[in-house]
Amino acid sequence: MRAAPALGFTVMVAALIAAPFIGLYPIFMMKALCFAIFACAFNLLLGFTGLLSFGHAAYLGAAAYGTGWLVRTAGLSPELGVLGGTLLAATIGGLVGLIAIRRQGIYFAMITLAMAQMIYFVWLQAPFTGGEDGLQGVPRGKLFGLLSLANDTVLYFVILAIFIAVYLFVIRIVHSPYGQILKAIRENEPRAISLGYEVDRYKLLAFVLSTGLAGLAGSLKTIVLGFATLSDAHWSLSGEVVLMTLLGGMGTFAGPVVGAFAIVGLQNFLADRVGSWVTVIIGAIFVFCVVAFRRGIVGEFIAWRQRAGQKA
Amino acid sequence: MDIFGIPLQAFLGQLLLGLVNGSFYAMLSLGLAVIFGLLGIVNFAHGALYMIGAYVAWIGLEFFGINYWLALIVSPLVVGALGVVVERTLLKPLYKLDPLYGLLLTFGLALIAEGLFREQFGVSGQQYNVPELLQGATDLGFMILPNYRAWVVFASLVVCLSTWFVIEKTRLGSYLRAGTENPALVQAFGINVPLMVMLTYGAGAGLAAIAGVLAAPVIQVTPLMGSNLIIVVFAVVVIGGMGSILGSIITGLSLGLVEGLTKVFYPEASSIVVFVIMAIVLIVRPAGLFGKEK
Amino acid sequence: MIFKFNKLSAACAIAATTLMGAVGAAQAQFSGDVIKVGLITDMSGLYADIDGPGGVEAIRMAVADLGGAIAGKKIEVLYADHQNKADVAAAKAREWFDTQGVDLLIGGSNSGTSLAMAKVAEEKKKVFISVGAATSALTNEQCNPYTIHWAYDTVALAKGTGNAVVKAGGKNWYFLTADYAFGAALQNDTTTVVKAAGGNVVGSVKHPLSASDFSSFLLQAQSSKADILGLANAGGDTINSIKAAAEFGITKTMKLAGLLVFISDIHALGLKTTQGMYLTDSWYWNRDAETRAWGRKYFEKMKRMPTSVQAGDYSAAYNYLQAVKAIGTDDADKTLAQLKKAKVNDIFAKGGFVRGDGRMVHDMYLMQVKSPDKSTEPWDYYNVVQTIKGEDAWTTKADSKCALWK
Repeated sequence: MRAAPALGFTVMVAALIAAPFIGLYPIFMMKALCFAIFACAFNLLLGFTGLLSFGHAAYLGAAAYGTGWLVRTAGLSPELGVLGGTLLAATIGGLVGLIAIRRQGIYFAMITLAMAQMIYFVWLQAPFTGGEDGLQGVPRGKLFGLLSLANDTVLYFVILAIFIAVYLFVIRIVHSPYGQILKAIRENEPRAISLGYEVDRYKLLAFVLSTGLAGLAGSLKTIVLGFATLSDAHWSLSGEVVLMTLLGGMGTFAGPVVGAFAIVGLQNFLADRVGSWVTVIIGAIFVFCVVAFRRGIVGEFIAWRQRAGQKA
Repeated sequence: MDIFGIPLQAFLGQLLLGLVNGSFYAMLSLGLAVIFGLLGIVNFAHGALYMIGAYVAWIGLEFFGINYWLALIVSPLVVGALGVVVERTLLKPLYKLDPLYGLLLTFGLALIAEGLFREQFGVSGQQYNVPELLQGATDLGFMILPNYRAWVVFASLVVCLSTWFVIEKTRLGSYLRAGTENPALVQAFGINVPLMVMLTYGAGAGLAAIAGVLAAPVIQVTPLMGSNLIIVVFAVVVIGGMGSILGSIITGLSLGLVEGLTKVFYPEASSIVVFVIMAIVLIVRPAGLFGKEK
Repeated sequence: MIFKFNKLSAACAIAATTLMGAVGAAQAQFSGDVIKVGLITDMSGLYADIDGPGGVEAIRMAVADLGGAIAGKKIEVLYADHQNKADVAAAKAREWFDTQGVDLLIGGSNSGTSLAMAKVAEEKKKVFISVGAATSALTNEQCNPYTIHWAYDTVALAKGTGNAVVKAGGKNWYFLTADYAFGAALQNDTTTVVKAAGGNVVGSVKHPLSASDFSSFLLQAQSSKADILGLANAGGDTINSIKAAAEFGITKTMKLAGLLVFISDIHALGLKTTQGMYLTDSWYWNRDAETRAWGRKYFEKMKRMPTSVQAGDYSAAYNYLQAVKAIGTDDADKTLAQLKKAKVNDIFAKGGFVRGDGRMVHDMYLMQVKSPDKSTEPWDYYNVVQTIKGEDAWTTKADSKCALWK
C-alpha cells in the first residue's frame, strides 16, 4: 500500500481500538461498524463496479433474520450463525442478480429496488421472522464455543477485527486483476465487451460478493443487538446506505466508513431531539451531495491532497 | 353461485376494488412514464408529489374552503408549479451526468417532503370527506359499492386517455417526443426544448397531484401515502415498459385486477404478486411488455 | 482571516461536525443521584392519542404528587418515541439502562415493543412496568421477574367484551386482526372465550398495522356471513375499520365488536356511530368522585380527558415512587419486592396487588357506549354495565404457563 493511505488506515484503526477506553458507548460503536461493513460492501458495487443496487437492505435483512433464527431457534454458536446468514444473503443476492443483470443503469437500480421490496413482504408474512414484532431474544453465545460474547467490550473487539478483515478484503479485490476488469466495466462497458470479457459474469460475481458482505453486516448486527426486525430490510435502509457511500466518498476505501459513522451518529444524536426532522435532514444531505458534493468527504480530501501535491 | 369455490360476491367485489387500485397505479405510472419517457429522469419524488397533491386538497378545504372539485384543478396547478421550480433549480444541472444522480436527487427530495409533512401533521392521517355529490353507495347485489370509488375509476380513465391522446396524437406531443430523441435538432428548428422539458416535468407532477386528490377521500391523507405506493408503481412501469404511455395505463389497470384476484384466492401473496410478475416479465421480455429497448 | 468556502472546507467541516455528533451521541453518561423514570411509547403514530404525550404528562403528575423528589434525590422523567418499532424501543431501552441510569422503564402502547423491552429489562435487571401494551404473554409465556403488567391485557378484554357479546346473541364471529403480537393475542384469547360461551369462529383476516385501506378485508369479512365482526385491533386501525365498515354497508349485515377501544377512539368517531357498543376497560374518568377529580386535573393540562392507559401511567409511576420512598433505595430487586408486597390504592385501582407472574390484579369494567341524547357533557360516553372483579378478570393459575407462578 502507498504511504498516505497506509497512514490513514493506521490512524483509523488506532482510533477504533481506543474507542471503548475513552468512554464511547460500545453498542453505538458496534452498530456503526456493522453499517461501515454494509457501506463498504455497497461501495464495492457502486463505487468500483458502477452498479447502483437500490435495494441492498434486502441482503442485510436476510442475513439478520437468518442468523437470528440459526442462533436462537437452531441453537448454533454465533460464528456458525453468522456464516449461515452471510451465505443466505449471498444466495439471495445471486438470484436477484441473475434477474437484474439483464438490464443496465437505471433499470438495474429499479429492478433491485422492486425485488428487495418483494423480499421485504416475504419477511413480513413469514412466521419465523415474527413480522412486525421482529425476531427477538437472540443470545450472544460463545464464539467457537469458547469466548463468551456477553461482554460488550469483548464483542466490540471481535466485530472490529472482522471489520478490519472486510476492509482489507475489499482493498484486495479492487487491486486484483478481477478488480481491474470491474473498473473497466464501470468506465466503459461496451469496450470491455468488445475486448472479449464476459461482462455479465463479472458483474454477477461482484453482486454476490457485495450482497454476501452486506449479509455479514446484518448477521453481526443481530448478534450485537439481539434482534432482527423489518427495519433491517426496509427500503429506507437501502437509501441510507447509498447516502453513507455518497457522503463518505464513492470509489474510495475509507469513504463508506466515514459516511457510515456520520449517518449513524447523526441519527443517534438527532432522533430524540428533533423527531421527524431526521428524515428531512437525511434528504437534504442527499440533495446537497448530489448537487454539490459528489466526491464525498474522503473524495474531496483526496482531491485536495492531489492539488496540493501538484503545486509543490 | 361459486367460482372455484369462492362465492361470486367475494370474487366480483375484490375485482372491483382491484380496479380502483389499478386506476391509481395507472395514473401514477403514467406520470412516471411521461417524465421518464420524455426526460429520461426516474422521478422517485413522484410518490411525494402525489402525497403533496392530497395535502394541498386537504389544506385547501380546511383553511381556504376550496372544495373537492376546485381542488382537482388547484392542486395540480400548485404541485405542477412546484415541479417546475424543482426542475429548473435542481434537476437541470444533472442532465449531463449519469441518470443515477437524478434518481438519487429525487429520492432525497422525497425524503425531505415526507419528513416535513410528518413533522407538521404526524403519521396518523387527516380525514378528507367524500364530496357530497359522490356520497352514498349503490347496492350492486353482490356488494355495496361506495359511489366515490366508481368515480375514481371513471376519472382516472379520463385523465389517462387524455394524456395519452395529447402525447401520441397531437402536435405538441410530437414536439415533446422529438425533443427527447434529438434535442439539438429540435432546438435548431426553433422549438424551445428546455422550456418544454420544464413544462413536461410540471405536467407529470400535476398528474401525480390529481391522483392524490382522487385518493384523498379513499385512504388516509398521510405523509407516508406516497412512499407506500411508489415502489409498486416502479414495478408497474418496469413491467409495462419504461417510456410506453399506453403500456403504463394498461399494465396499471391489469395489475390492480390481478392484485384483486390474488386477494380472493391467496390474500397473503397480494402484496408481492406485482413483483413476482415483474421478475417473470424480466426473464421473458426484458424490455417490458410494451417497451422498446432503448 | 478570509474564510474561503470551497469543497474541501465543506468536507472538513462536515467530517468534524458529524464526528462530534457521533462522539456526543456515543458518550456514556452515568447518573447516580437522580431517580429516572422513562416512558417509551408511540408518540406520533396510530396510538399517540391513547398514550403518547398524554402519558408523559400523567407521569409528570405522579412525580409532582410526590413533591418532585424523594429523600433529596430529584426525580427526572424521560420519554422517547418508538414509532411502533420493536427494535427502536429495545435499542432505546438498552441505551437508557447503559448510559442514562434509568431506574424505572414504563412501556407504552404496542405489544411488540413491550415484549422487546421486557427482555432488555430482564437482561439488565431493571424494573419494567408495561402499561399501554395488551398482550397477555407479558405475564404468561414470556413472564420474567422484572416485568409487571399494570393496566389491562387481552385476556381481560376477551373475558369482558367476548362474553358480553355472545350473551347478547352474537354467536358467529369473524375477526379482523392487526398482524402483530397484540392482534394475534387478542384474537386467540377472544376465540377461547367465545367458544367456551357457546359461540364459534367462522374465519379471520389479518391486516397490516396502520393499514390505510380496509375495504378488501371488510369484503372478505362480509362474504363469511358471520354475524359479529370482531375488531382485534386498536387506536387508528379501529377507528378506520369502523368508518370503512359504515361506508361499505357492513353494519347492515354484521354487528361490530370493538375488542380494544379507548375513550379517545369514541371521541374521534362520535357517539352517533358507536352508541350501544360494548367495551372492556380498566378505568373510566367519570366513574366516581375521585376519578373525576383526577380526570379534571389532567384535562386542565391536556384539554382532553385521560384514557385508561394515561391513568395507568400515573398509577404505575406513583406506586413505584411510593415503593422507593418506603424502602429508601431505588435498587431494582428491592423495589420489585416492595411493589409485589404493597397494595395498590389510588385513583386507578382500589385493593389492587401485584401477583407472582407480574400481573397487577384489579377490577375491570364492562361498559357500553351511551347514545348521544344520554350524554350530559363532553367525554361523558359510557355506562358502566358490570364490574368484573379482579379474581375473575385475568389468566387463572391453571391456565398460566408462567414458570414463576407455580
